Amino acid sequence: MSWITNLVRVAVLALLVLFLVWPELFEPMFAPLTRNGAPAIYTRQSLFTLAWHHLAIVAAATLAAGIVAVGMAILVTREAGAELLPFARSVVNIGQTFPPVAVLALAVPVFGFGTWPTLIALFLYALLPIFENTLTALTTLPRDVIEAARGAGMSGFQKLMQIELPLSVPLILAGVRIAVVISLATATIGSTVAASTLGEVIIAGLLSNNTAFVLQGGLVVAVMAVLLHDALMLMERRLARSIDNQTD
Amino acid sequence: MIEIENVSKRYDGRLVVDDVSLVIEPHKIVTIVGMSGSGKTTLLRMINRLVQRDSGCIRLDGTDNELIPGHLLRRSIGYAIQGDGLFPHRSVAENIATVPRLLGWDKQRIHARVTELLALFQLDPAVYAERFPHQLSGGQRQRVGVARALAAGPNVLLMDEPFGALDPIIRSKARDDLLAIHRAIGTTIVMVTHDMDEAVTLGDRIAVMDAGRLLQYASPAEIMANPANPFVETLVGSSERPFRMLSFGCVADIVEPGEAEGAPISLDASLRDALAELLWSGRSAIPVHDDNGMIVGQAKLKTVLNRAAKPV
Repeated sequence: MSWITNLVRVAVLALLVLFLVWPELFEPMFAPLTRNGAPAIYTRQSLFTLAWHHLAIVAAATLAAGIVAVGMAILVTREAGAELLPFARSVVNIGQTFPPVAVLALAVPVFGFGTWPTLIALFLYALLPIFENTLTALTTLPRDVIEAARGAGMSGFQKLMQIELPLSVPLILAGVRIAVVISLATATIGSTVAASTLGEVIIAGLLSNNTAFVLQGGLVVAVMAVLLHDALMLMERRLARSIDNQTD
Repeated sequence: MIEIENVSKRYDGRLVVDDVSLVIEPHKIVTIVGMSGSGKTTLLRMINRLVQRDSGCIRLDGTDNELIPGHLLRRSIGYAIQGDGLFPHRSVAENIATVPRLLGWDKQRIHARVTELLALFQLDPAVYAERFPHQLSGGQRQRVGVARALAAGPNVLLMDEPFGALDPIIRSKARDDLLAIHRAIGTTIVMVTHDMDEAVTLGDRIAVMDAGRLLQYASPAEIMANPANPFVETLVGSSERPFRMLSFGCVADIVEPGEAEGAPISLDASLRDALAELLWSGRSAIPVHDDNGMIVGQAKLKTVLNRAAKPV
């Protein structure tokens, strides 16, 4: 069973890489979707480069959001920072409810066209899931374990680093996973303000009424999202197993 | 020696510990008994400053416990809690090594100490050192919890309902083990419990608390014989009093020369066990053996029964 799923994973990944480096191979599949002899494969920019930029933007935004969100969750779960909880909550909620398109529109006048507006929109969008998950993890740790850490004479920092964070890792990672999947999809709209992402392919398809472009851009993003989701899920499960909760 | 002087604690204006004073002699076991909400756990946690007292003074071997930063104070005091509180992501050996690691012991010394403690708690180091808490039974986890509390060799061990999560059968074994370990290392133990039986079997002295006040602080025999007020009397339970009297005496106290018939009983057995054995086998006397299995005399039913009477 597990070797079949592994085989599928490897096969999908290989197919994705092959498509990115040598898209012409797949031309016959996309050709029926074009009209009036339009090109079936997007060639104005290498798909591999676009996918790479796309991933890099998502990774940078998620990393930054992860550091800020985990940092905020740690802060508001300390005794000294407890009062900041409502404030932190509203910040991440605004980040989530503000439509990314609006963020782009507001960010372009300030930062100009290019990667920055997209990075900011993704960053704001990723804060909420990571913050909420970290908060849940830190506030639902087994009480007696935390008591024991204090009773053993750990300082607040030692308790955080040695007990609280290691036990929270699986839930934090789950938040990161959600953020990554959302960001992968959202990053496509970054191309409307000239960020180099796979959205470029989709937008080109929409502008020239070329379904083949729209489909290949969408497919690459979707397959990357599925593969990353799967990989992060595996990591979570492995970590959760090594940490394991106390059960009878 | 722990000296608690006029200590009080309020939560939201409500007194949970009300002007409590008591002195705990070194190398003794003191049990603090009371119902939930009596303030017993709060009192215990003020000793290692997991709870900050509002007024009064607590001295450990003459030093006010507020003179040291809380986390450093706690490294010098053992602390074991109900449900063990083992760190689920750390192996048994790492759990036990917690305080020594905080104190910066070197690896070899920690390893030697962990091995020694596992052996003391009847857990084979080769088998259990690398296991994780979820791979242990409840009784084993509880023992690892106490071993962890004792790892850095503290003079004082605080225990908060340490046997509360155990099955009754394992619980009585755990109590016996604790007494054996106490005999071996002589650490002062302060234990909170809501179980009068436990308080009587383990405690050299018992502190009875209710609604934040210390009602009586005396030896088990004294509490049985002269309960300070109706509440203590209820807690002691008038119908169980004679049997409780028996449970903290041991056969060694009443052994006398002479021969008796049937299966023998150990010098270390409690008088309660002796009575049970005598009644069940219908005998009027029972042979007594020492640790080596040598018969050293007998225990008579009549003598046992006299011990159950109210002391005068």
